[in-house]
Amino acid sequence: MPDLIIREITALLLPFIQMYGIYVIMHGHLSPGGGFAGGMIVGVSLVLYILVFGLDSCLRKVPHRLSSIVESFGTLWYAAVGFVGLLRGTSFLMNKGAGISLGTPGKLFSSGLIVVITLGVGIKVASTVLSLLYTLIEED
Amino acid sequence: MLAKLLHNYPYLIAALIFAVGCYTVLSHSNLMRKVIGINVMETAVFLFFVAAGNVRGGRPPIIDLQNPDQLYVNPLPSALVLTGIVVGVSVTALALALVVRINRQFGTIDADEIAAIRSRENV
Amino acid sequence: MRKLIPALVILPCLAALLLLATELPPYGNPDNPANNEVTARYLEKGVEEAGATNIVTDIIVDYRAYDTLIETTVLFTALIAVMLTLKGDRKHHA
Repeated sequence: MPDLIIREITALLLPFIQMYGIYVIMHGHLSPGGGFAGGMIVGVSLVLYILVFGLDSCLRKVPHRLSSIVESFGTLWYAAVGFVGLLRGTSFLMNKGAGISLGTPGKLFSSGLIVVITLGVGIKVASTVLSLLYTLIEED
Repeated sequence: MLAKLLHNYPYLIAALIFAVGCYTVLSHSNLMRKVIGINVMETAVFLFFVAAGNVRGGRPPIIDLQNPDQLYVNPLPSALVLTGIVVGVSVTALALALVVRINRQFGTIDADEIAAIRSRENV
Repeated sequence: MRKLIPALVILPCLAALLLLATELPPYGNPDNPANNEVTARYLEKGVEEAGATNIVTDIIVDYRAYDTLIETTVLFTALIAVMLTLKGDRKHHA
């Protein structure tokens, strides 16, 4: 009986938790939050899924190899964004000095490379939390 | 002196939480409780650091474009504590992996029993 | 006896920390040494030099972006260390 209640309520709540996590990542430059907090929210929602529905059911949706590849890809993304400044003539990791237009502050698509970097950091933190749980729980 | 201590009450609370965490690490023999005690000590340090940057009557440091030039809270300690929290998560993950490995090798996670097993093996 | 010795060791340290808490500058003063000219510069010119209205995101992504890059490397290293600890003694059967 308690098993049924927890399963139903988790199935209802999980999309809203992930939507909130993606909102916190995307509005990192307009309201408190940013890459690390939003990535942690999305990662913890996947941990909740493993705890309620079992490990095999999550391994079918996000395999172990995919999580490791996405996590290494996140670090490369950040370094690749840094090279944009080098290609334009100024130093590494420059935002305004490299000539990227900043837009009007207060809108969603403003401030140049900040949105790109925040997205990369968010994806990386979420997949790191998931990979850590896979490594700790799997036993063979 | 007591009045001055009660005026800086966040520092007092951070010191108390730090002492509780330190006592937890030192006085239990279960390895999992030591990991929890380390986490509690880290929380106390972050609280102390962020409370040192507060300004009375200040707003959160998100610039309101309608009326700037207000009193804002210091944003620099918050930015430094973000890095600290990530380091704390990494240390906790590695400590838990070591506890799992010790359990696999010795069959128990009690520090006294592990010391007894190792001294019996050496003789 | 097991619970008494740590308490005897920690009580002088707690007394020293409380003595430190009385010697610090008053909490919440606008002219503390912690709010110096670096904070004033970040609050004044944050929006026009970096473009984000959240000053904390401004600091960690634009003014001090190197630290955040090394931060992601710390997360990566922690994951590799956990994987090596738990799956390290496997012999590959060729």
